[in-house]
Amino acid sequence: MAQTTALQQSRKYNGLMDWITTVDHKKIGILYLFSGIFFLLLGGIEALLIRWQLVRPMNDFVSGETFNQLITMHGTTMIFLAAMPMLFGFMNAVVPLQIGARDVAFPFINSLGFWLFFFGGVMLNLSWFFGAAPNAGWTAYAPLSTQPEATGVDFYALGLQISGFGSLMAGINFLVTILNMRAPGMKLMRMPLFTWTTFVASALIVFAFPPLTVGLFMLMFERLFGAVYFDPAMGGNVIIWEHLFWIFGHPEVYILILPAFGIFSEIIPTFARKRLFGYTTMVFATMLIGFLGFMVWVHHMFTVGLGPVANSIFAVATMAIAVPTGVKIFNWLFTLWGGQIKFNVAMLYSVAFIPSFLVGGMTGVMLSVAPADYQYHDSYFVVAHFHYVIVGGVVYGLFAGLYYWFPLMFGKALSEKLGYWQFWLFFIGFHLTFFPQHFLGLFGMPRRVFTYLPNQGFETMNLLSTIGAFFMGVSTIILLVAVVKAFMSKHVVKPDHWGDGRTLEWTLPVPTPEYNFAQTPLVKGLDTFWLEKMAGNKRVSVAEPVSDIHMPNNSLIPFFMSLGLFIAGLGAIFQKDNMVIGWSLIAFGLLMTFVSMFLRSWIDDHGYYIPKSQVEADLKAIREKGEQ
Amino acid sequence: MAHAVEKHPVTGIPVNPEKATLEGKNKYVAFWFFLGGETVLFASLFGTYVGLLNSGAPEELRSYNIFEMGLVFLMTMLLLTSSLTSVLAMMNMKANNPARMKFWLIVTLVLGAGFLAAEIYEFIHYYHIGHTFTSSAFGSAFYTLVGFHGAHVTFGLLWITTLLIRNWNRPIDVHNAPKFYVSSLYWHFIDVVWVFIFSIVYLLGMVS
Repeated sequence: MAQTTALQQSRKYNGLMDWITTVDHKKIGILYLFSGIFFLLLGGIEALLIRWQLVRPMNDFVSGETFNQLITMHGTTMIFLAAMPMLFGFMNAVVPLQIGARDVAFPFINSLGFWLFFFGGVMLNLSWFFGAAPNAGWTAYAPLSTQPEATGVDFYALGLQISGFGSLMAGINFLVTILNMRAPGMKLMRMPLFTWTTFVASALIVFAFPPLTVGLFMLMFERLFGAVYFDPAMGGNVIIWEHLFWIFGHPEVYILILPAFGIFSEIIPTFARKRLFGYTTMVFATMLIGFLGFMVWVHHMFTVGLGPVANSIFAVATMAIAVPTGVKIFNWLFTLWGGQIKFNVAMLYSVAFIPSFLVGGMTGVMLSVAPADYQYHDSYFVVAHFHYVIVGGVVYGLFAGLYYWFPLMFGKALSEKLGYWQFWLFFIGFHLTFFPQHFLGLFGMPRRVFTYLPNQGFETMNLLSTIGAFFMGVSTIILLVAVVKAFMSKHVVKPDHWGDGRTLEWTLPVPTPEYNFAQTPLVKGLDTFWLEKMAGNKRVSVAEPVSDIHMPNNSLIPFFMSLGLFIAGLGAIFQKDNMVIGWSLIAFGLLMTFVSMFLRSWIDDHGYYIPKSQVEADLKAIREKGEQ
Repeated sequence: MAHAVEKHPVTGIPVNPEKATLEGKNKYVAFWFFLGGETVLFASLFGTYVGLLNSGAPEELRSYNIFEMGLVFLMTMLLLTSSLTSVLAMMNMKANNPARMKFWLIVTLVLGAGFLAAEIYEFIHYYHIGHTFTSSAFGSAFYTLVGFHGAHVTFGLLWITTLLIRNWNRPIDVHNAPKFYVSSLYWHFIDVVWVFIFSIVYLLGMVS
């Protein structure tokens, strides 16, 4: 090992440059989390504007055109730029620690995935400053999305394309990390549920994003380069877009909800202080949901007219998903049963999730009945349904995860007192907003319409819904206050902050060293930290002696690779108005990306070693601190 | 930590140098997942193409009246042969014969470049008879599917050329073997996609 020990870190960056060049999964997790929260706020503001427009009949707060832009950007931002990145944030911050790894399989690609997502998100939101945001709905159905005057859709196509590349890379990275980087003894069926759900969600990403990639390329070619796939006058067919979009779009909702299920499956056993009930069935239910998730996309298209056979098959497949989901619901309930439950904020969100999500699940089964769907389709009933599953499932999961893992990620804890206010305002606001929308839908109020007439029975429910939305707005402000307060606080938490940690991430010192584990742990079973605690051990067993630790070097290349695609994307949009500027930008941007890829291949970067002496010194300091 | 890898007594490098280290294993597994995603990508393009086959094209610009099967047969032979030479390169890599590996990689590149040149000629020919990207939904779908494949070939050529130049004077080791190996996986994948393009675009196009 003599010559390898000589490897030094190529360059050490500080401040902003460190964040731009970092390949550390813990820092990339923080970047994802905060970018996600930023876009969550943007999407939330858009939601409040939508609700304010609908507060009374014939309101003229915003125009119909602006309303279309708001609903499109609200949906797109929340799904692609808020929910997914925040989940990626937790996956990055937690999964390598849960499996006892020093990093993800591809730290460089991890950084690249983040910057692609980031620049894609920026591009999508730049549309506000270039005349118009996309206005064809988050589903961007042709021919609405192929109207030449809907220039915002250009930003939708390019922005989502770039951020989608990032998601694909993140998906592959987590699959390989979880398969290849597990510590000794961490068998597949000993992996924590959050790792399992990350694994299945990553597989969904790898197989679901390519149809979106194709759809977005087609949309881009149609809008900007004269292709005619969706133009019936030229032999095109608009239904192709719907298929491609939903072949992606339905697995996408499982990409969002499965990691959220994973978060609840970590929190509930921790604070019920009981092993997760039915671990094996949980794992198989996750896989089954992931598999069935690819078989149901046509239930979004029941009213297209694909015929009774297609509709029936997809209706039955959709109903089948209720079975593994029901298995999960009962497993969570049985985990709570007889547990010594601690009700902190993370646990409140987890317990509140069960009935909230259940309502969304039940309306989902209602919607899966194809003949009945003709009645619900495109009404507020659908809006109520998917907000019950996405807010009542995914957003609750994100908040629960935030309270639960904040001490692990930042070494500080969020205030539980503010947290209770935040939870109750959000919980009440959420149900107040979306419960009445079921009835609005059944009364016949169509979705995506910017206003309604008086005396149709829509006034009261819309008013309640808007009040509820502002409850959630206030709750979000309290969350921000809690985050700022935590960062200002000087109080640093102890390792295993909750005292009841069951999995490997809670064995780590605060703050977590950049190499995570000084010695790779030896895993003895499911919830290995808990097993060691029950056996009277303070620390988990280790699988190797202290030695030099290999680390990857920071790199600027991912940033420039992504920036190049961003510039080329802008060029593709501008070339419609100005050939010279547009094509120069395309050429320059693509050149930047390909030169960056070339440099990555050309430059040998073997990383560096943290010497054994350094690791030993760190270990000693941590043990002395622990004994005080 | 890099554990000492057992070397083969004859070749002097590990038996499977591309999978001898954790880094190599990671790349190997990741690339298979990537190809899984690429399969879905091309499946989506094929689905679109079949849905729009001959749609919107006048009789004289329909698939059976325009496809140049002689040229397409030549392209198929070039690409299939390049897959074989790419296998020969990998066999020589595992046998630690860098000179022969380089030779077969160059042959692969030449065959791939020949394929690409023929494809460019084919596209120009279709363009001149009026079958273009914007002429009909069929045209758009055709150039998207076949063009995506052509772009993959171009990228593969640039990739393998870069690897070849970078490692020209270096021995085969556990660091560069995974790079060569995944590039050859990629090259086979492109070849498999072409087999489907040949069957579904060209053969089906001639009989529909």
